[in-house]
Amino acid sequence: MEQKTKIDAQEDKQDLLITREFDLPVELLFKAYIEPEIVEQWMGTKVLKLESKKHGSYQIETKDTKGNVAFQASGVIHEFNPNQKIIRTFEMEHTPFGVQLEVYEFERLTADTSKLVMHVIYESVAQRDQVLKLPFAQGINWAHNRLEEIVSKLK
Amino acid sequence: MNLRRDVFQAIADPTRRAILSLVASQSLTAGAIAANFDTARPTVSKHLQILTKCELLEQQQNGREIYYYINAKKMKEVADFIEPFRNMWDERFNKLETVMKKYKNK
Repeated sequence: MEQKTKIDAQEDKQDLLITREFDLPVELLFKAYIEPEIVEQWMGTKVLKLESKKHGSYQIETKDTKGNVAFQASGVIHEFNPNQKIIRTFEMEHTPFGVQLEVYEFERLTADTSKLVMHVIYESVAQRDQVLKLPFAQGINWAHNRLEEIVSKLK
Repeated sequence: MNLRRDVFQAIADPTRRAILSLVASQSLTAGAIAANFDTARPTVSKHLQILTKCELLEQQQNGREIYYYINAKKMKEVADFIEPFRNMWDERFNKLETVMKKYKNK
C-alpha cells in the first residue's frame, strides 16, 4: 500500500507536522476521533474516558497479555469544533516525554475525501526528538529481542 | 566525557554537527578541522573520537597524516531515523481508514 502520511520535522524545532489524506468524508474522519468505541478500534487501546467537548478530558490505556498496564495516556480538550478542529493536550503517563499540545485540523477535500493536519508542539526540542526516536528505538529493541529468542533456542 | 556510541547523542551536539558539515565537502586532518573552532584542540579531538566511534566519520592514513571523511551510508541511516515514526502513523491512519470504511457501509 502507498504510504500517504507525511511528517515535517525541522531540525532544532520543538514541533512537527503530520499530514494525511483520507478516502473518507470529513464527517467520518472526525467521528473516528470522538467516538470511544471507534477510537479503541483503530488506536488498539482501551478508552477509559473521552469527553469530546471543550473542557472535556480523556484517558486511554493499553494492557499487555498478562494484564499489566503497558501504556497510559491522557489529556484535556481545549477547543472542539465539529468536523473542523480539535485542540488538546496529550501526555504519556510515567514517561519523561512531557505534555504535548496537539492541534488537529480536519479539512474537506471532496465529498468523499478529507485531509488531517496534526500540529504537535512539545515542551522542548530534546523532548520532541526523544518522541521521534521512540519507534526507532523500539524497532531496535524488537530486533534485539528476536535475536535473543533465536539465540536462546540454540542453547 | 563518556564515549557514547549512540549516533543521535553524537549529532545532538552543535560542534559535532559543525564538524560533520565541514568534512562533508572534503576530507580534512584533525588540525585543519580544529582550526575552524575556538575550542581547545583536545576538545575537538574528543568530538572526532566520538564521531568516529559511532561511524559517522572514517579515518584514512595518508602519509604521516590522518584524514577524516564522512561516512555517507551512516549519515543516510540517520537521515532516515524519522521513517519508523512516519511508518507508525501511516499504519495507524490506514487502520482508521479501514475501520471507518466498514462503519460507513454498515
